[in-house]
Amino acid sequence: MEFNAPAGENLFDKAKIVGKSTPRIDGPLKTTGKAPYAYERHDVVAGQVYGYIVGAAIAKGRIVSMDTAAARKAPGVVGVISTLDHAKPLPPGMQNNAPLFGGAQVAHYHQAIACVIAETFEQARSAAALILTRYDRAPGAFDLARAAPDAPLAKGDGGKPDRATLGDFDKAFAAAPVKIDARYHTPDESHAMMEPFATIAAWEGEKLTVWTSNQMIAWAKKSLGTILGIAAENVRVDSPYVGGGFGGKLFIRADAVVAALAAKAVGRPVKIAMQRPLMINNATHRHATIQRVRIGAEQDGRITAIAHENWSGNLGGEDGENGTLQTPKLYAGANRLTANYIATLDLPEGNAMRAPGEASGHLALEVAMDELAEALGMDPIELRIRNEPETVPATPEMRFSSRNLVRCLREGADKFGWSRRSAEPGKMREGNWLIGMGVAAGYRGGPTATSGARVRLTGDGGMVVETDMTDIGTGTYTIIAQTAAETMGLPLEKVRVTLGDSAFPASAGSGGQWGAASSTAGVYAACLNLRRAIGQKLGFNGEDATFENGRIRTGAKSFALADAGTLSAEGEMTFGKFKSDYEVGTYAGHFCEVAVNVYTGETRVRRMLAVCDAGRILNPLSARSQVIGAMVMSVGAALMEDLAVDKRFGFFVNHDLAGYEVPVHADIPHQDVIFLDTTDAIVSPLKAKGVGELGICGPGAAVANAVYNATGIRVREYPLTLDKYLDKLPRYS
Amino acid sequence: MKAFSYERATSPAQAASIVASKPGARFLAGGTNLLDLMKLEIETPSHLVDVQDLKLDRIEKTDQGGLRIGALVSNTALASDETVRRDYGVLTRAIVAGASGQLRNKATTAGNLLQRTRCPYFYDTNQPCNKRKPGSGCAAIDGFSRQLAVVGTSDKCIATYPGDMAVALRVLDATVETVLPDGKVRTIPLADFHRLPGTTPERDNALEQGELITAVTLPAPIGGTHIYYKVRDRASYAFALVSVAAVLRPDGTGRVAFGGVAAKPWRVEAAEAALPQGAKAVADRAFADAKPTPDNAFKIMLAERTLAAVIDQAKG
Ligand SMILES: Cc1cc2nc3c(=O)[nH]c(=O)nc-3n(C[C@H](O)[C@H](O)[C@H](O)COP(=O)(O)OP(=O)(O)OC[C@H]3O[C@@H](n4cnc5c(N)ncnc54)[C@H](O)[C@@H]3O)c2cc1C
Ligand code: SF4
Repeated sequence: MEFNAPAGENLFDKAKIVGKSTPRIDGPLKTTGKAPYAYERHDVVAGQVYGYIVGAAIAKGRIVSMDTAAARKAPGVVGVISTLDHAKPLPPGMQNNAPLFGGAQVAHYHQAIACVIAETFEQARSAAALILTRYDRAPGAFDLARAAPDAPLAKGDGGKPDRATLGDFDKAFAAAPVKIDARYHTPDESHAMMEPFATIAAWEGEKLTVWTSNQMIAWAKKSLGTILGIAAENVRVDSPYVGGGFGGKLFIRADAVVAALAAKAVGRPVKIAMQRPLMINNATHRHATIQRVRIGAEQDGRITAIAHENWSGNLGGEDGENGTLQTPKLYAGANRLTANYIATLDLPEGNAMRAPGEASGHLALEVAMDELAEALGMDPIELRIRNEPETVPATPEMRFSSRNLVRCLREGADKFGWSRRSAEPGKMREGNWLIGMGVAAGYRGGPTATSGARVRLTGDGGMVVETDMTDIGTGTYTIIAQTAAETMGLPLEKVRVTLGDSAFPASAGSGGQWGAASSTAGVYAACLNLRRAIGQKLGFNGEDATFENGRIRTGAKSFALADAGTLSAEGEMTFGKFKSDYEVGTYAGHFCEVAVNVYTGETRVRRMLAVCDAGRILNPLSARSQVIGAMVMSVGAALMEDLAVDKRFGFFVNHDLAGYEVPVHADIPHQDVIFLDTTDAIVSPLKAKGVGELGICGPGAAVANAVYNATGIRVREYPLTLDKYLDKLPRYS
Repeated sequence: MKAFSYERATSPAQAASIVASKPGARFLAGGTNLLDLMKLEIETPSHLVDVQDLKLDRIEKTDQGGLRIGALVSNTALASDETVRRDYGVLTRAIVAGASGQLRNKATTAGNLLQRTRCPYFYDTNQPCNKRKPGSGCAAIDGFSRQLAVVGTSDKCIATYPGDMAVALRVLDATVETVLPDGKVRTIPLADFHRLPGTTPERDNALEQGELITAVTLPAPIGGTHIYYKVRDRASYAFALVSVAAVLRPDGTGRVAFGGVAAKPWRVEAAEAALPQGAKAVADRAFADAKPTPDNAFKIMLAERTLAAVIDQAKG
């Protein structure tokens, strides 16, 4: 089914289940430990043995020799595989810049070079330490600040250099009566999800099954085929529960590849979980950025010139972190420039992490707006409202599908008590704490992608939904059940949802904030086909019938859904071209109050509020969880998260959760989330968009702006740890 | 983790003599530090002597009016002891500022004193580290050293002693009681217990191989206002950037020790005498010989400002 025109009035406008706060249907399984994660799937195949990955000890160079003899002889060891078993690297899967295994070259620290397989985890780990590897170290580039000045433009749309202009920025900026020009740094960050990369792999002849933890099942299947050189049809991927991914699990990583190779080598199923240090240096992270923002405005606050340039680095000089992404969309201004540069670095691989691009971009742009407001002597909310565009600023021929940013900011200001903020920084104090308030706008796209599902009547008045869609902790099980229940007129508890198996119809998967909108539309399409099939079977026109309370009414006739017996239908939602006339985005106003200790510079976040405009909210309960989780991550980005780069040895030094600090409960105050009651007919029949990434676009900047409002000290290098401003705090008495 | 053998000791002297006689033998208390280090093969003992049955888990009054804390008293039990809370508040506050509830239930008094550094290079066996592998070099000195020591360092090692409890014990003038492999006992003032790195950073403290801690004793209470202020990058569950343990009297005199700045709790008696002149006077003296790296130079100002906050807090 193609969604090829704006949605008209439909059943979701009168919904009884969709849009209502609904506890997760998978909640009881999770709280009782009955939702097994990949590493815990002891029952899926017999004879599992444990693999332990050895990571390279250097950042760049070549393996001269590897002695695995002692490891092979160690107790319990059933096999050892080495990267040197392969003359050259295995081909990369989707978005793998560095090979995941094979060959003598080392592309980054902790790249997988061997795996020991043993009867127990402890035996495998202990034997792994017996492998002796000699390296020939090569020099590498590990310092973004040094590499940035010579970095070329990244590849943008269609492979063209990623630079866009409108009007004449230089001229307008030079002429602007008020302007700011500032540089911001965001550090490398780790996804730091609780569940590590983990896979159990088993072969049956040519056929491979991986029970794994992955956000994108169809991509995983295809990539495993490519990497292992087997037909994708021979790969089955199963990932019904995912303990967090945040983009780290969009693509196949070494756990799956090495488990598959190891299972083949020892002729038994092999299970591997990546140890935490490897999570950081073997797998991917959010890349550091350097961003320069220049904005010129008239005295009344109207922006006349805006430029946002971004530098990041990555292995192979591809796929950086593009902090400029939101800038063409957010504020008006006739003269514009965005440019995105990418340096080649030999650090571990950078890749997508929750709201790639925008999460970092807002940390620069939304602080720049605060700086501009101050230069203008204007309230930062008023400044943003004054620059609310009519059409998309950088591509004025494009319309917004729906945009209520001004409402987010106004309603948020009201609710948060913005009027109590002192415009002059450093003026609010409670005891030894300096108090400040900050605001930021938030934007993130609301994309959709083809998504399919199968729905089956079980004959007893219930139904089952089958799709390879994943629930990465976001609440997908529940919104899919809500959608199916609503469409088929069943109570929620009559719908069983099964996810994450590549044997099911392919879905959009979980990523880029497209999952909720796309997968529910796919389930809706399948349900409509099922309604037609039921009509055919029972002799009525499925299009006109009413499905309600487990019954079907059509004209004078009425059936129980169970009368249709067992019946199955597949469906897929594709999204038509008409959408490309519109900019479909999600918007938010983010607010934060902080206290900064006048002696020590410690920052405590005291209150946070997000007001979100994301179309119909399918399940306010789980949507709120998504947003507050993202706000927590934003506090981490603003105040503490920082992968420390050793620029000599080329690796992230603080590679465990003791060294890489993420917020703990004591860091997080009460968080409020308000969803505007909007719908967006351009998105899908459900008129809903995602929120999971919107929540991380802006709150970090609101924190930074609040710290400035509290202290009068502007720190442009994230995270805002106290060492960066201690010497500028007021002298204590 | 390397394979190891395991036994449970029945008396302190026996425990000490086993560990002294077997190369590569170590004591095991709560295991919250040692087992982690063994998993990473930073520590590779061949034999573990579990001391949990030694009945060293009591807190008793001493004849001098102080307290004798058994080596196996858990951090939780010590922090929540009524006498400790009343008379040695700085100790309770320091303990609860550390680790997490679960870890404090398991962690012992002796084990806490002996926890090893959190230098990130010490934790990565691919990297040179003189403390882990003598003579291999120090990756931290020109590397990522933000957390590391600013004073009492050497060109071999700039690691900190990361713990909190010992910083409080230092201002309380605690002593460590031990039994030697030959059954003799000795007492070591806490001031002399942890070692500065010098040329032998692999030795964290004054204990000999096989020497078992049996207790930590505190002198009679000294009154005053007891404060422990720990500054870190997040609000809880992190090691100190800088911490201050202080016992302050109403006339502005008192005692102060700093954590997170050296390989031992950093108390300079001559500096502490300047307390009535304020935080700067104390910090200037305590850190006169500091040799920070560019990454951690902020700790000196942070120590001063944290002490200022403590002095302010003591005024009430
Ligand atoms: C995640 C995490 C966070 C932490 N955060 C903090 C913090 O913020 N602040 C803080 O202070 N600490 C912190 N800690 C450290 C914690 O306090 C120590 O791990 C704990 O105190 C060690 O005690 P234990 O009994 O478990 O020692 P063990 O691990 O059993 O032993 C430690 C060492 O002491 C030796 N030993 C044990 N008993 C004796 C004895 N009687 N005589 C001689 N030698 C002995 C052992 O051989 C070993 O070398 C943290 C630990 C973890 C894991
Ligand atoms: S500071 Fe000490 S512990 Fe850290 S790397 Fe250097 S020698 Fe090792």
